[in-house]
Amino acid sequence: MSVKKHYSFLVNGENHTVESYPANRLLDVLREDLRLTGCKEGCGEGECGSCSVFLDDVMVNSCLVPIAQVQGRQVRTVEALSSDPLGKILQEKFLEHNGAQCGICTPGMLVAAITLLRRNSQPTLGEIQDGLAGNLCRCTGYKKIFDAVADAAQVAREQGVLEGGKA
Amino acid sequence: MGKYIGKEFSRVDGVAKVTGAAPYAAEFHVPGTAHGYLVMSRIAKGTITKIDTAAAEKSPGVVRVFTHKNTPKFAHPEKYKSFKALQSPEIVFNAQPIAVVVAETFEEARAAANLVEATYRREDPSTDFFGRVEEAEQAPDSPFSGKSVQTTGDAEQAMSSAEITFEAEYTIPAEHHNPMEPHAAVAYWKNGKLKIFDKSQDVYTVRSNLAAALGVPEDDVHVVSPYVGGAFGCSIRTNYYPFLTAMMARELKRPVKLVYTRRQMFTGHGYRPFTHQKIQLGAKKTGELISIIHEAANNTSTVEKWNDSTTRFTRHIYACPNMKTIQRLVKTDLPTPCAMRAPGAVSGMFALESALDELSYKLDMDPLELRLKNYAEVDPANGKPYSTKALRECYRRGAEKFGWDKRQPIPRSMREGNELIGYGMSTGIWYAFQQPATVKVVLKADGTAQLTSATSDIGPGTYTVMTIIAAEYLGIAPEKISFGLGDTQMPKAPVQGGSWTTASVGSAVHGAAMKLKSRLLSLAQKDKDSPLQGLGPDEVVLLDGRLQNRKQTSNGVSIVGILKAEGMDSMTEVHKETPSKIREDYQLLAHGAQFVEVRVDEQLGMVRVSRAVEATACGKIMNPKTSHSQEMGGVVWGIGMALTEHTEVDDRFGRIMNPSLADYHVPCCADVRKVDTDFIEEDDRVVNPLGVKGMGELGMVGIPAAISNAVYHATGKRIRHLPMTPDKVLKA
Repeated sequence: MSVKKHYSFLVNGENHTVESYPANRLLDVLREDLRLTGCKEGCGEGECGSCSVFLDDVMVNSCLVPIAQVQGRQVRTVEALSSDPLGKILQEKFLEHNGAQCGICTPGMLVAAITLLRRNSQPTLGEIQDGLAGNLCRCTGYKKIFDAVADAAQVAREQGVLEGGKA
Repeated sequence: MGKYIGKEFSRVDGVAKVTGAAPYAAEFHVPGTAHGYLVMSRIAKGTITKIDTAAAEKSPGVVRVFTHKNTPKFAHPEKYKSFKALQSPEIVFNAQPIAVVVAETFEEARAAANLVEATYRREDPSTDFFGRVEEAEQAPDSPFSGKSVQTTGDAEQAMSSAEITFEAEYTIPAEHHNPMEPHAAVAYWKNGKLKIFDKSQDVYTVRSNLAAALGVPEDDVHVVSPYVGGAFGCSIRTNYYPFLTAMMARELKRPVKLVYTRRQMFTGHGYRPFTHQKIQLGAKKTGELISIIHEAANNTSTVEKWNDSTTRFTRHIYACPNMKTIQRLVKTDLPTPCAMRAPGAVSGMFALESALDELSYKLDMDPLELRLKNYAEVDPANGKPYSTKALRECYRRGAEKFGWDKRQPIPRSMREGNELIGYGMSTGIWYAFQQPATVKVVLKADGTAQLTSATSDIGPGTYTVMTIIAAEYLGIAPEKISFGLGDTQMPKAPVQGGSWTTASVGSAVHGAAMKLKSRLLSLAQKDKDSPLQGLGPDEVVLLDGRLQNRKQTSNGVSIVGILKAEGMDSMTEVHKETPSKIREDYQLLAHGAQFVEVRVDEQLGMVRVSRAVEATACGKIMNPKTSHSQEMGGVVWGIGMALTEHTEVDDRFGRIMNPSLADYHVPCCADVRKVDTDFIEEDDRVVNPLGVKGMGELGMVGIPAAISNAVYHATGKRIRHLPMTPDKVLKA
């Protein structure tokens, strides 16, 4: 194994420094070192999207990001979504439509939904399916998740959280 | 509909789940935890001749490497002969754990695991189940589906005299549950007692199995499992990892965490077995069935005999006087299978409902008409009346919503551009099980109630439905009720499986509330001026925080007032509910009807389920919001089974070749088009006090057959081997 080093970065607006091997996964640093267990490991291979977080506002699978790449950057996880107006609306709509069942895919679904709606505030059903294509769910059969995202988009537009048209 | 029962209710655990706050097994932080990482065998059968752990032991952060050489022996009681890891050098399946590296961090354990080297004396594995069906032996009887050979009338004799006969063979590959959460345990010992956080559908069984294996009293094992990230059956049995985790924590005298990788999950628990079925049908020219013979075989391991109960419903669904079912097994060098959503039922009904569809074409009869012609008004196997059976209404409502009358009877007669369109239908069936369950209710003088029962919530909404039932019968607002589960320090509940949780634990909540009502009434009637004087328990009701005269609701007293008048801070009731005797006089089943439209690209052989309508009759619906999700999820599971899911084994090596979510295809967003779920509510006073039946498994049963039948209708090609991937559609 290589040598442990110190890495500093922001998580949900707070500074953190960890001592870690450079190839350690961001997922494990978040869950084990920082005890932010909201992001989930579903596969560890970038297939299921459960570990999705924002890295400098871009959605990434945190199981595929070595911590060395996070030095000096900003991470945002599901734990901070309530302070984001769009994130909060999505959380409420997932609850209302029963878009969360066992809860493991939910944090990643929310991150993917934010990413989609920022790009396209009026997605069609097909565009929602494409936007969530990197996220797997084994409980819901997906339909309630699609409904939640579509409803959240509408509410976010009505509340001025999202602009009306497509980007 | 009650005040709360039957209304749309958002899940009470929802906020914890959408904010990431809900703690799952791997997320319990215990200071000083060491991390384990499994090393898996590279052969399927043979013996480890040498295992070299020296390099791994020297790797940074490594605490210890456990192999069969330094792992204490688990007690191996007859009642639970499941595979236990690291007990001998013998290899009985490929990707069997041969070592666990324990290190200070997960990354260190994983890196060191790569340095463990094993050499083997290899024997040829035998995993080709379909090539060995002829060798199948009779299965042991099953506690749930009974004897492995069952007969009604004389099926062979009736078959030989039938005007019309039909016979075909159907196969289903192994499939894996693939819940989104990998299995995990965190264990530690304190003063000789074990505490373990585990992903489990059944904490009490984990407790008894761990206690037996580790040689400690059950009371010294505390199993905790408040959140389970999906399971679908793969956390019913106690898998090998909690035994290992507890053992390692004891040996190392420090907390240990062990988490399966997705790949390790494919041999870390059971799976839906490979299944071969032969169906013979005998009928009159007018469509009445006179004989059904259903033979099924599934694979098992060399360690245990797993009977998947494939034929469990065949004798209980159609009014046929002569029936025979046979269940057989073939031993393979693979892990032991286990229950996977709708075990046996979805597999058996795939074959039976496909065969019935085939017969309908032979008779030139509408497939729905054929089912109605053979509709059973009493159970055909035992003559018992059904407690309730709204299947006829399911057929009617489903057909109407779907537009079944627009079906052109001739296959390949419906088309749009490149796409052939087909309609298919099927019947779904599951039990209305109930198991004994105990719940503790603490009614507090501050107007709240705390309920606990060691059941599980693997995702269906158990926390929520128990809160609703408690609110309804305790007359307390849901916000003032807490329900705790998944902990062996709580009263005993059955495993969350068989779709029996609401019937079992929910009925216990109801029973406890009834007892509390009686006790509150006795207390209230101590007051000579009480407006409830002279009333019996059945004449009063708990509603809106008050104990009231059922007929004259203005006459009542507040619950809090009763407790305070007695100087009580709280009132506790521990109630065990057991299935009633009256159940034995009836056949207790839930039913459903499925109607499916597929579109098949003729050039690509690609099948899409463009529409599915499912109408189910499973007693009373407690919470439509979560109930529809159960059936929706079931339909999509059926789509996966029909079209994509297939655990592929390379028989040369006995190794699973697609142990990942990249290669094992669970349904994804694009697979889900229009899915309509509907409930035909039944007022069933027999099954249990709540009138609920199983629904989580039911939603899936029938879907693979309906899809296969629709593919035939679209293409004229009958595909009897799941999944119906494009290669099979093109080749057929």
